[in-house]
This record gives sequence, structure tokens and C-alpha cells, in this order.
Amino acid sequence: MSVVTRRATLGALAMPFVARAAHAATGRVVVIGGGFGGASVARALHAGAPSLQVTLVEAQSTYIACPFSNHVIAGLRPIEAQIFDLSGVGRAGVTVVQAMATGVDPVAKTVSLQGRPTLSYDRLVLSPGVDLNDAALPGYSEAAAQIMPHAWKAGAQTLLLRAQLEAMPDGGVVVMSAPANPYRCPPGPYERASLIAHYLKTRKPRSKLILLDAKDAFSKQKLFQQAWAALYPGLLEWVSLSDGGKVTSVDPANMTLTTDFNVQKADVANVIPPQRAGAIAALAGVADRSGWCPVDPITFASKLQPDIHVIGDAAIAGAMPKSAFAANAQAKVCAAAIIRALDGATPGEPRLLNTCYSLVAPGYGISVAGVYRPVAGVLTDIDGAGGSSPLDAPPDMRAAEAGYGEAWFRAITAEAFG
Amino acid sequence: MVRVLINVPKKAHRGEVIEIKVLISHPMESGQRRNEMGQPIPRDIIHSFRCTYNNQVVLEAELFPAVAANPFLSFFAVAEDTGTIVFAFTDDHGTEQVERAAIVIE
Repeated sequence: MSVVTRRATLGALAMPFVARAAHAATGRVVVIGGGFGGASVARALHAGAPSLQVTLVEAQSTYIACPFSNHVIAGLRPIEAQIFDLSGVGRAGVTVVQAMATGVDPVAKTVSLQGRPTLSYDRLVLSPGVDLNDAALPGYSEAAAQIMPHAWKAGAQTLLLRAQLEAMPDGGVVVMSAPANPYRCPPGPYERASLIAHYLKTRKPRSKLILLDAKDAFSKQKLFQQAWAALYPGLLEWVSLSDGGKVTSVDPANMTLTTDFNVQKADVANVIPPQRAGAIAALAGVADRSGWCPVDPITFASKLQPDIHVIGDAAIAGAMPKSAFAANAQAKVCAAAIIRALDGATPGEPRLLNTCYSLVAPGYGISVAGVYRPVAGVLTDIDGAGGSSPLDAPPDMRAAEAGYGEAWFRAITAEAFG
Repeated sequence: MVRVLINVPKKAHRGEVIEIKVLISHPMESGQRRNEMGQPIPRDIIHSFRCTYNNQVVLEAELFPAVAANPFLSFFAVAEDTGTIVFAFTDDHGTEQVERAAIVIE
């Protein structure tokens, strides 16, 4: 895939393909979750059918974006650059309610809120992101995360991991644990490992980073491993599943991570635990036994509760990764399908796009792009569409891709929150 | 020779139930796949596995093409005497590989 195509992608981002024609659709749509998916779907619903009453429910007053939070951990970016709020969504015509959603009644079609009147809906969209499934990793808990941060939800955890790395003496051992699929941001652990390695190389060169992994294969693997061999030889060690890398328990009191074959002591431990859909998904009855939400890939309607749609990280979206870009793409498809359904029309078969940029060092970016369509009820990679950065790219292309990544972040945050 | 990871407790009490874990780095090629030229890729799997503890069989297993790459076996034994736990497995070429782990009974 050429760089020129990427630029075209960024341009297309600014113009949702939900047509701005006047729709007769009326009704009440409630959206729960004010992240990339929720903010995008609320805006797309209002833009596509201004006659709809669109209400966005979010418990937090600010949203701290995960993409680029690895840069904050490595000291390359201030946390302030990650902070957004929903005032722009309000100005766009969406009613924003700051409250915790505590329950959903799919029969009465109501959402109960903490300290606020209950909301009624004709359609509900859940974009609740992920919750950490601490129970799936013995020894890990909210308290353990204060000692061994996950930093997989940006904010205080990001700053805690940053502070621990800064406090660690030169010569220390940083241990990361990456979970099995599925989880939020498939290349995220590897970008993070790259940027922590960059921090260690430039600031604490006698230190070491060990990445314990519950997988043998991961996103952009060849590109990451090529970069690691070139930039961080002897500093970053990846231990795959078949090398015994799967972490089976952690012990925060002793700062150890146990695998099937070893006990690894850490000076700084970054434990990325297994995950599941945000809690409201289970309360609404749209999560299955996997902890994630099966959906129709044409409308993103739940397969368990047809008047509830699920988008973003919480949804089982076939070959699509759990990413901000994917959540934004799904938001547009979901909004268009809801508007058509409320108009009494049948939604068209969508094409969805995802692009994911990773930074392996300042000025060294890599990317992967995919195009997806529903095949037999499952979102499937379209063969020959998309692709990843070439393995033999010259340095100026890596630098250009680092720049495209930053442009992507500005574009998607402007579209969701601006 | 393929790489093998073994986890046997170094020490145990007599009568204690111990967990034994073995991870064999092997592609476990099923014989069902074809290469880029359309030619079948020959089957190459570990088809038998045997674990003995002081010459007494703890586990004997046949493995089949449906077993994934890098087979991971986890099973339990009762710790009885100080001695050696031996792991032997054979691939489709008829090559047998033997690994050993010592255990001390306290």
C-alpha cells in the first residue's frame, strides 16, 4: 500500500460517509460511552438525521485517549496532549449527559443513570470500551495495578508507569506482559516495548526490557522485530508463547511474574492483563460467555438484543482489530444503519477501513491498513486491500510514516471530539 | 534436536502431587497444507510422547496432526523417590529425542 493512499485515507476521515441529506428519521437514540466510538456515532447520527434526539452518556468529564499514550510513557509527549472532552459533541447538536449508566432494561428500552432520571430509547448504542479482566490473571487486581501498572487505560496509570521508569536506576529490568488475543490495540504492547526500549537506550543504557508474551505471532511482527534488531539489540528481549512467555500469575509483593517455566523478577513491571467488554455490556445482556459482544456486521446490532448496537473494542468484529480507528469506522456504519432502519429502509453492505500507525523510535513509524466486509456474518479482511509498510523502506519513509501517524491522531480526535 | 522447555519441581515431599509441564518447539506440520507451488507439504509431527519417573510410566500419549504447533503438555504425578523424570518423544522421521529432569524427595 502506498503512502499516497494513506494521505487519501486521512482526507476521507474528515468527511463521514453518512450523507448529510435531510432524513425524515425520528426517534430517540441513546449512546453510552464517550470514547472514539461513542463520540463518533453520536455525531454521525445527528449529522445524518438532525431530527433524531441523540443523547450521549459518559461518566467522566474528560476523555484521555489511548492512542499515542505510549509516547507519554516514554517521555516523548505530555499527557495534556491526550485529554479531550465532549463539549464539541454538545456543540454539534448532541445532548451530552455526564453520568454513570448503571443498567439497561432491553424490554422497557430504558437506561438507568446514577443520580439522574432514567432515559428511554428507541435504539441504544453501547461503546463501552474494555474492562480489565483481573480474575483471568491470578495475583492481579486493582490494588496490584498500583504496583504493577497496566497503563492500558490512559490517565493515572500512564503517568504511574512513566514515573516508575523515571525512578528506576540504570541497570534495572523492566518486564512487560502481553495477553493472548483478543485485546485492545493489537500492536500496542509492541509499540510500547519499542518506546520503553528507546527511553532505556537513551537514558538508562545498562537496563534491559523483557517482553513476556502469551502469543507466538503479533501485528506488524516482522516490522517490529526488524526495528528491534536494528535499534535495540541486547536491550529488548521478546519471549514468545513457545519460548514459555505466557504469564500465568503475578506477585506484586515480590515483584515477580511467573510463567509456566520460569519466575521473572522485575524492577518495573507493566502487566497488560486479559480484557473483556466494558461492564455495561454484560449488564445490558449483550456480552456472551467470551466477555465480548457478538454483533451483526452490517448494522452492529447485538445478536443477543436486536435494539442495542455495540461498536468499538467491546464488539466481536471478526478480522477488525480493537482500535480507535476501527471504532470510528464502525460508528459511521452503525449510525447509517440506525438512520436507515428508523426510516424503514434496509442498510447497505458496508466496507470498513482500519489503519494503525506505530512508532518504534522518534521519527521511525510503521503502519498496517486493512479493509473489511461482511462475509457470511463475519467481518473479513478483503484480500489484496490494505497492507503494511514495506520491510525494506528507506529512513525517510519511516520518518514520513511517523508524521502520518501524528496527522492521523489530529484528524481522528478532531473528528470525534473537535 | 528441537528445543524443549521442562518444568519439574526440583524438590518435593514424598507423596506430594507435582505438576509436570513440557513445551516442545515443533511445527507439527499436518500434511494437509500446500506450499506456494501447490505441492503438498509433507506431514512432520511428533507422533508419540512418553514420560517415565524412575522407569515407571507416568504418561504415554499419541499425538495427531490436529495438535497445534509447539505442543504443550501438562500433567500430574505423585512424588515418590529421588530420581530422574525422563521425557522421550518421536517424530515422523523416526528420530527419538530424550530429555531428563532430576527431582529430590525431602
